[in-house]
Amino acid sequence: MRGAVLASSILLGMVALAAAAEPARGDASTLRIGNGQEPETLDPHRGEGVSALNLLRDLYEGLTTVAPDGRIVPGAAKGWEVGDGGRVYTFHLRPEARWCNGDPVRAHDFVAGLRRSVDPATGSSFVGILAPITNASDISAGRLPVTALGVSAPDPLTVRIRLSAATPQMLGVLAHPSSFPVHVPSLQRWGDAFARPQRLISNGAYCLQDWVVQSRVSLVRNRHYWDDRHTAIDRVDYFPTEDVNSEFKRYRAGELDITFQVPLVQAPWIRRHLADQLRIATYQGVYYYGFNLTRPPFKGNRALRMALAMAIDRELIVDKVMNGLAQPAYAWVPPGTAGHRPQMPGWAGWSPSRRLAEARRLYAEAGYSDANPLTVELRYNTHEDHKRIAVVIAAMWKQALGVNTRLYNEETKVFLNNRRQRRLTQLFRASWIGDYNDVSSFTDILQSAHGQNDTGWSDDRYDALLARAATTSDASIRSGLLADAEARILSEWPVIPIYWYVSKHLVKPRVHGWQDNLLDYHYSKDLSLAR
Amino acid sequence: MLLAIRRLLQGLPTLLVLVTLVFFMMRLAPGGPFDRDRALLPEVEAALQAQYQLDQPLWRQYLGYLQDLARGDLGPSLQYSGYRVSELIAQALPVSLQLGTGALLLAVLLGVTGGLLAARHPGGMTDRALMTLAASGLAIPNYVVAPLLILLFAVTLGWLPAGGWRPGALADAVLPIVALALPQAAYLARLMRSSLAEVLQMPYIRAARARGLPEHRVLWVHALKPALLPVLSDLGPAAAGLLTGSVVVEQIFNLPGLGRYFVQAALNRDYTLVLGVVLLYGALIVLFNFVVDLLYSRLDPRTRAA
Repeated sequence: MRGAVLASSILLGMVALAAAAEPARGDASTLRIGNGQEPETLDPHRGEGVSALNLLRDLYEGLTTVAPDGRIVPGAAKGWEVGDGGRVYTFHLRPEARWCNGDPVRAHDFVAGLRRSVDPATGSSFVGILAPITNASDISAGRLPVTALGVSAPDPLTVRIRLSAATPQMLGVLAHPSSFPVHVPSLQRWGDAFARPQRLISNGAYCLQDWVVQSRVSLVRNRHYWDDRHTAIDRVDYFPTEDVNSEFKRYRAGELDITFQVPLVQAPWIRRHLADQLRIATYQGVYYYGFNLTRPPFKGNRALRMALAMAIDRELIVDKVMNGLAQPAYAWVPPGTAGHRPQMPGWAGWSPSRRLAEARRLYAEAGYSDANPLTVELRYNTHEDHKRIAVVIAAMWKQALGVNTRLYNEETKVFLNNRRQRRLTQLFRASWIGDYNDVSSFTDILQSAHGQNDTGWSDDRYDALLARAATTSDASIRSGLLADAEARILSEWPVIPIYWYVSKHLVKPRVHGWQDNLLDYHYSKDLSLAR
Repeated sequence: MLLAIRRLLQGLPTLLVLVTLVFFMMRLAPGGPFDRDRALLPEVEAALQAQYQLDQPLWRQYLGYLQDLARGDLGPSLQYSGYRVSELIAQALPVSLQLGTGALLLAVLLGVTGGLLAARHPGGMTDRALMTLAASGLAIPNYVVAPLLILLFAVTLGWLPAGGWRPGALADAVLPIVALALPQAAYLARLMRSSLAEVLQMPYIRAARARGLPEHRVLWVHALKPALLPVLSDLGPAAAGLLTGSVVVEQIFNLPGLGRYFVQAALNRDYTLVLGVVLLYGALIVLFNFVVDLLYSRLDPRTRAA
């Protein structure tokens, strides 16, 4: 017994000592953000995940930037002119713009940044969104040197970007980290390893102070930033919070001001107890199932694909599985996307019984029946939420049509590999988050040649509509063409949209200035903390 | 001393086999480091493969890795661009060492004390209570205990942080150490109890008692040392396990330790980082087994000759 007493006193002693030694956990001028995954890098041209991009937007500033309400506004450039029928953009830099070390931000920094971004040696995942810039695709494919890129610096304060065709989404693309400038002396000195503490020099409202991998990225205010007088928060700590439940506990314990997400299963409790801190808004993302269209049973079987799309009760999934933290998706492009004319299949408004009857008719037309049911394999990357949705959808198909669905969860790399090879995979889970606020960020990925089109769908009409839209400068005509393209998806069903994402965060009442926006971008410079 | 060095050098072939196995097994796994959710252009992927020499034949990559290793270079991380594997390990190892040492000490303290108390009166109240506790400690996994600890001490009482790691902040280490130590302590307690109970039945203990030695002398001088042997042989791998981090506890408490690296590197196909961590883990096991052998020979003279 004495031992147990001794042990517990040691334990209590540790607790007491620890509590006494506890340094202040964040002070009044530090913003503490839960940031999901550990960022893979802080190199603007190599960052890929949402977590890295969140940090990069605080560290760097592009020619344009995004206002708290989601509008594109001038960033490091104070203004611009568009000429040659929308094919030449001339940006005028702010003479007072400075890097973290006080160096002036100049046009050649942007030229160097964009060249580096399209250089295949850099390994950027986003070369595709810069493709409208003259010669960008040829450079990424290694056919031309980076100096051939249609970006120039006629003088130190002017950046000229030449596009191969009028591209209305260009201003949005230029706010994306892949278009950010690079501090040339740091790149020359450190090479690709410049994106680290004591080396990284950025031009945004914040500078990198420290990065302890898997623990914390700390940013401090850039006193040289051209608009520093409007920055209110001195220090921002980003914490990796992969485990959504742990993140929620840290938030409740007062260790985080903003969470990366909200645990689905806790949503009802949060709605009851933290309703004033829960921020939910439409987000530019779609969760969908894709068909492998290069092999049976889905190749050339539109009726079957449509029957499966119709037999899913999206409202039930959103209500019961997602606990209301999503929006049912009957179409491809999320609502509210710029330049979007909402499309909807006619049956979306039908009664459930009429919809089911039609689904059964199509299923029979496709050659299946109770006596000869479809057996299909559905693959998803291992995750509790994907599993729950897959189980529910399999049950819906079984009940409505008699389909036998075999569920396969695969480790992410295996899953992606199988999906891309289109050999084993028949039906797969996928999702897509828009890179900028424009319909094309969604329609592009189903083009036949697009690297993200794992369905293998190749539709001449669809490709032609997108090709025409890409060279049209008239916004209304372009929007009509993209609407026709979306209608084509909703007639051919290479994918089944299931739900549109919502952005979901918990934000402490002491954080002021938070505005919901479609892109879910929240720059720390636009926030402040109550004293 | 020479013997010790020889023993340690004997670990080198083991490590070479380990590295070889892991090197090729990693490559057998489908998918590569640059298969991402967002597909890379084929030309971009080819450029990255070339940059990390992944476009070379496998045997050449293997020889290249061994050559680098011989120079003490663990290579660049494929996931964290701009970082060397050795730098990442150097960042994570101290955290895991601090947590692991704390957990090991706590586990030994709780386990050995609990086992001793239980074994003194087998079948008694204390024994039953402690062994029930130990059984629950073993049965309830970390990922249940840790969130409960957080809920109680961080969210409800607000005494300790719910997660995170700041160098020098002792408070950050308390809950993870307890969560790490509890299952080990439970295991050690059971081990200690059964081993001590067995020793206490030995003829020489009966002889000691018959000679009229006081019970505490019988226990501390005659029974404890041999009873510690099985505990000690378990401690080698346990120490290596604790010191190299636990992915579950690190994930739940958001700690920048080695365990998380290991699992995430494997999932991300960060070949070099996986190899680096495996190598470290292997080296620690070799080292701790050696230390245990040394301690063994101090406790049990019969093993000295070997």
